[in-house]
Amino acid sequence: MEAAAGGGCGSGPPLLLSEGEQQCYSELFARCAGAAGGGPVSGPPEAGRAVPGAVTAAAGTVADLFRASQLPAETLHQITELCGAKRVGYFGPTQFYIALKLIAAAQSGLPVRIESIKCELPLPRFMMSKTDAEIRFGNPAELHGPKAQIPYSVTEKNTFKRMDDEDKQQETQSPTMSPLASPPSSPPHYQRVPLSHGYSKLRSSTEQMHPAPYEARQPLVQPEGPSSGAPGAKPPRHQASLIRSFSVEREPHDNSSNYPEEPWRITEEQREYYINQFRSLQPDPSSFISGSVAKNFFTKSKLSIPELSYIWELSDADCDGALTLPEFCAAFHLIVARKNGYPLPEGLPPTLQPEYLQAAFPKPKRECTLFDSYSESMPANQQPRDLNRMEKLSIKDMADFPVPAQDVTSDDKQEQNKARLALKSTVDEALPKDMSEDPATSKDSNSLKARPRSRSYSSTSIEEAMKRGEDPPTPPPRPQKTHSRASSLDLNKVFQPSVPATKSGLLPPPPALPPRPCPSQSEQASEAEIHPQLNRAPSQAADSSPTKKDTPYSQPPSKPIRRKFRPENSATENQEPSSTVGGPASAATGKPHTAVQKQSSKQKKAIQTAIRKNKEANAVLARLNSELQQQLKEVHQERIALENQLEQLRPVTVL
Amino acid sequence: SRASSAVLARDNYPLYIRSSPTENELKFHYMVHTSLDVVDEKISAMGKALVDQRELYLGLLYPTEDHKIKYGYVTNSKVKFVMVVDSSNTALRDNEIRSMFRKLHSSYTDVMCNPFYNPGDRIQSRRAFDSMVTSMMVQVC
Repeated sequence: MEAAAGGGCGSGPPLLLSEGEQQCYSELFARCAGAAGGGPVSGPPEAGRAVPGAVTAAAGTVADLFRASQLPAETLHQITELCGAKRVGYFGPTQFYIALKLIAAAQSGLPVRIESIKCELPLPRFMMSKTDAEIRFGNPAELHGPKAQIPYSVTEKNTFKRMDDEDKQQETQSPTMSPLASPPSSPPHYQRVPLSHGYSKLRSSTEQMHPAPYEARQPLVQPEGPSSGAPGAKPPRHQASLIRSFSVEREPHDNSSNYPEEPWRITEEQREYYINQFRSLQPDPSSFISGSVAKNFFTKSKLSIPELSYIWELSDADCDGALTLPEFCAAFHLIVARKNGYPLPEGLPPTLQPEYLQAAFPKPKRECTLFDSYSESMPANQQPRDLNRMEKLSIKDMADFPVPAQDVTSDDKQEQNKARLALKSTVDEALPKDMSEDPATSKDSNSLKARPRSRSYSSTSIEEAMKRGEDPPTPPPRPQKTHSRASSLDLNKVFQPSVPATKSGLLPPPPALPPRPCPSQSEQASEAEIHPQLNRAPSQAADSSPTKKDTPYSQPPSKPIRRKFRPENSATENQEPSSTVGGPASAATGKPHTAVQKQSSKQKKAIQTAIRKNKEANAVLARLNSELQQQLKEVHQERIALENQLEQLRPVTVL
Repeated sequence: SRASSAVLARDNYPLYIRSSPTENELKFHYMVHTSLDVVDEKISAMGKALVDQRELYLGLLYPTEDHKIKYGYVTNSKVKFVMVVDSSNTALRDNEIRSMFRKLHSSYTDVMCNPFYNPGDRIQSRRAFDSMVTSMMVQVC
């Protein structure tokens, strides 16, 4: 029995399980194994060990399950050791069942020892997110405890088709040995029927479970078959709730199909995701992605180059070096599968063939047109809830983007983030793929959207700022340019002050910012300054990235200054940008106050939007101010000296 | 009987070498190497601007005492294919060899289309390429 049990899994004490126990355990095992990364591959992909021919439960899922039993950690450790999983290194059916029995024993208060499991025990209880599960688990125990027990090996074999051929023979035995009232017809038969029923349930709940243990899941369905009185009624509910609890407590894999042995079938959501990704690389869904673009994209998935090359070989059916949409979906799907631990197939599976995919996905055209119709919105076929989510996100992003100071640099980051998100969602093993895909997708498209949106937003504000800047400058000394200092003195100097500001770490000062940003004492001015400052920054950043701040400080600021206040520029303007900055800085304080007030109302709006950044800017500006004051003094002295010289020279020339 | 194929890069280093019975691979390496001289000679003899496929096929390179017959083929990008077949199989006709080279060439271009393949890399057991070559050689044997 033991040798037969577990098809080569490690040795363990012989177990006799009751009918209810065996059902329950097999369901649990199926669930754990289902969460694993594929049938033939043991548990998590990182586990280097593959147990050929045996189904194993993912250690992570098993650990979760055990924790759900609410036993103390040491008990769980003991159990794990006892059941032999530590010894063999993985949770095969044998180990798993023993562990479950031990958990039941521990929960009943028995010491955790092999002997404990020899006696009849209630089923182990696991606290799941769905309370139903707990109840369900508890129920069969009472019903099946006293019933006759089926040899463990037989049940186990019945459970796992992947075991040896003995399975088939033994399967026929088990039903007859079932203590339940109406013995099911031959197991394959009833397995098939409830299988489809189960699958319809699965599909209706829009789950995508792992395909590999679909066969293992047949025992899940078994309870429906034997329709004895109470147990018969409960198991179907049990299974249904189990399935629901599946979906609730752990978002099932998304990377596989609803069909057995068909991990290569692309689901609806996956397809949408792939299409979105395709669009991000190539706006026209009906054309193709070039090889290099695809290479860069797929390289981000961090698979090895030979694997990626292999995947490409599989998916580029026409070997033209470019991927059409179905080819892209197939490739992406293969990558996703590979990331989740699936071995790559020898040939392109039929469900990934381009013709199949194309036939199955007639939508892309529709999506395309809808996409065009929305300027920046999601693809039409996005689920409504995604739509809501995305809109929410987009609105939030909108709010975040009014001051897109680092817009230029953030673009790249966003792209990386997007790609990272894209891959993270694919890489997320098993569980939350389904759910995360949506947020990821929505985030992706959102970031996609947001990016252009932010750009447009910022650009309009920049334009606004530019305009505002431009207008005032033309009339000469209108100090109202919002420079409290401003005005009479060179606007150049006005702008210059911001140079030191940037030095201190602000973005390229608003020198560009028209008059508004008075980098000086008036808070209002400074706030306004910050805003236009930051708005301007992107436009300037395009030319002179913030990194250039330090060195060509004088230059970028002086350029706009000159541009804006041409008439203002006088001789002394450009002598020392920094010194000139100091000049207007303090001198302008008194005069343009009234002028400033005029503009302050205009500025209030701008100020309000930039209020957030105020604190930093204020501190910086205060420092700047003091520096500038100093410079102003120096400049004054220079000026005086120069004037003196001039006067001295004058009489000479006159003569 | 034996058959071997080799793909050599423009600079005459091997991108792919495969013998159908895998023993004697080293000897085959040596043979390919020696045949390179002949190939180069033929290429230079052909002159310039030869893009006709006929000229791509170099024909019998030189007989050896080991009863091996070598055929050469060079692409427009100076990638060379060399095939060695056992002379015992005299049923092989020129056309068959040409068709084999054509298949090699098309498989090679498929490999090149893969963006993950850097020209100059060894052709690492490409699912398509390798299987095609081995099946082809098996036919010859």
